[in-house]
Amino acid sequence: MTLMITVYAAIISTIVWYNRKDDSLKTGLLCFIYWGASLMWLVDAFFEYFSEGADYFNPAAQDMINDAFLGFAAVALGLIIWMIRLLVTDPKGSVRRALSKQDQ
Amino acid sequence: MACFLAPVTEAVIVTAVEKKIGNKAENAEVVNSTENIKIPLKRKLKWLNHMLWGGAALLAFEHVWHGEVTLWFPFLTAMSNAEDAAGMFKEIATTGVCMSGLITAVWLGICRVADSIANRSVSENRGGMEA
Repeated sequence: MTLMITVYAAIISTIVWYNRKDDSLKTGLLCFIYWGASLMWLVDAFFEYFSEGADYFNPAAQDMINDAFLGFAAVALGLIIWMIRLLVTDPKGSVRRALSKQDQ
Repeated sequence: MACFLAPVTEAVIVTAVEKKIGNKAENAEVVNSTENIKIPLKRKLKWLNHMLWGGAALLAFEHVWHGEVTLWFPFLTAMSNAEDAAGMFKEIATTGVCMSGLITAVWLGICRVADSIANRSVSENRGGMEA
């Protein structure tokens, strides 16, 4: 479930990146974060499948809910990392403009 | 248990290499003598870095979620006894190394495709100008 949610996040962020008007939002970083995590969880899933067999595809409802919750939390963390980097690098100068306004 | 440590190790090495390469022709398209456009290695390494650090960060979060990583020494719960530590090292050597390998393989594929797309756009432009 975590893998599925992260893959969907990766696909959505890639679509957003492809349709970008300019590079100011740096959505490429978001794509790489989610694709990187998706590939890592894919490997994890393969190893779990080889150890558990077909049972891997029949998780308990409680485990699915926990994994889904984890997946959404991981997506939120990815967004937070991207947003912090966006605010720190400030490619559009919005933060700098806001700070200089407060000074005046 | 701590499989994300293998991608983190690779990310540290890649970051060091990226820094060493320096700011030469950053984000600029390098045109060689045969007029083939090649995306600079520094820019490509940045893609790999983002995938490794980003993926490892989310994976580390998962390990914190499952209580396998703690904020106090020795930071990894598996280090509390020898049997768990052996299992953890085995997981790093198998799952972790496979994660790093897959990320690197996908990155190599992205680099190849990106170079060919960059060249394709140049040849299309050239064809358009000639037509």
